Amino acid sequence: MAKTYFTEDHEWLRVENGIATVGITDYAQEQLGDLVFVDLPEAGKAVSKGDAVAVVESVKAASDVYAPVDGEVTERNQELSSDPSLVNSSAESNGWLWKMKLSDESQLDGLMDEAAYKAKLA
Amino acid sequence: MSGAEASRHLPLEDMHEAAGARFGAFAGWHMPITYPAGVMKEHLHVREKAGLFDISHMQLIAVEGPESAAMLSRASPIDAEGLPAGQSKYTFLLNERAGIIDDLIITRLGGDRFMVVANAGNAARDKTEFESVAADFNCSVTALERVFLALQGPAAESALKDAGLDFGRLVFMTGMEPQPGWFISRSGYTGEDGFEIALPSEEARPLAEKLLADERVMWIGLAARDSLRLEAGLCLHGNDIDESTDPASAALLWAIPKHVREAAKFRGAEVFSSILQKGADEKRVGLKPEGRQPVRAGAPIVDADGKPAGRVTSGGFGPSVNHPVAMGYVPKSLAEPGTRLFAEVRGNRLPIDVHPLPFTPHRYRKG
Repeated sequence: MAKTYFTEDHEWLRVENGIATVGITDYAQEQLGDLVFVDLPEAGKAVSKGDAVAVVESVKAASDVYAPVDGEVTERNQELSSDPSLVNSSAESNGWLWKMKLSDESQLDGLMDEAAYKAKLA
Repeated sequence: MSGAEASRHLPLEDMHEAAGARFGAFAGWHMPITYPAGVMKEHLHVREKAGLFDISHMQLIAVEGPESAAMLSRASPIDAEGLPAGQSKYTFLLNERAGIIDDLIITRLGGDRFMVVANAGNAARDKTEFESVAADFNCSVTALERVFLALQGPAAESALKDAGLDFGRLVFMTGMEPQPGWFISRSGYTGEDGFEIALPSEEARPLAEKLLADERVMWIGLAARDSLRLEAGLCLHGNDIDESTDPASAALLWAIPKHVREAAKFRGAEVFSSILQKGADEKRVGLKPEGRQPVRAGAPIVDADGKPAGRVTSGGFGPSVNHPVAMGYVPKSLAEPGTRLFAEVRGNRLPIDVHPLPFTPHRYRKG
């Protein structure tokens, strides 16, 4: 059963069998505006929590996306190279950015669940 | 130029709030950046129909008095005495080193009355500079408090007419005072036909409401204003031009007529003439990144051998051309359109080609 976590940096992770799918939240995409380019990490890249590993670029500005936990990138969302606006239209599902294998599942304990994240936004 | 603390508020701020604007700080102002349609749709809407911009952050400065023309010809590289009434001119405030303190549009309203439109970020400085030059002349310099609206796009003239203001007689770069407290010119910052209208806020509100009731017109925020002007190849002071750049290297020589250069009455004329004699070392050019990745202001440019070859001063995505667009400075020897250079972005070297400006053709109504 997948469980979804949220970070202070407005990212989400859906964790299933030790693999996290990572994206930015709907709130984040709305703040950024129309995305025109997404720069994603390659599979195999080892990342540490807090590393800037991806960049989402709107018409006006580039913004970093951070690794929410330690681990290794296993896949990136290929669809975004031809259609970055998928992040705007579907931030928390089809607009996912990359998948990663967690190296320390205990790091998930420090993240918010959906209710806590929603409360933070309110 | 954008300060973290936005202290000044637009007189029509409540209208922007009601329209769902997302606000941000720019040049000390709390400005609408985008509306719910988003920058992409806003940008395209201006090129297809008409967009309404609140540009009240920009500063209008009235210059009047018997020696106002002489004063302006000293302060700026312009032939103010020879400017016909109703004519506007793009020009600059230069420092003694011919560096660009600001870029301006000056319109002759009548015999000894001129209107200067200055950038928000430089408004206080500009006023001080004009006042200091004016100390030697019989004229006054007055900063005006106005709501300033820009209506831009192919439907601008018709939408304005339907709102009760028929200014079809104005052609590009002309302006007038249609009634006390008002100033209207056919000009803009998008590359499209359009008007800029300054007026008292109590009159601006009904005009904006009337224009917005027209289905062809919608509010456009600062984000689209920036992508529109960048596609149109127009400079943003503070990015593409500043006191370290001069009109020759900025490729804005066209704005300074030959007889004004020769008369050399303006501040900075001496240095400017020596720059012209030896030729500017670098030149502002359009830059087209290969592929989809935007290249932003501040990115260093290198040549094929990896040697430093300039810098990007504005960069983003061009919704109308549907690819990234940028401007920057490169050595004169590398300024030919088609020259392949590389921009350094996050440790990568992205191919970027010198490209003619503008990226989208200007569609001014020249009459």
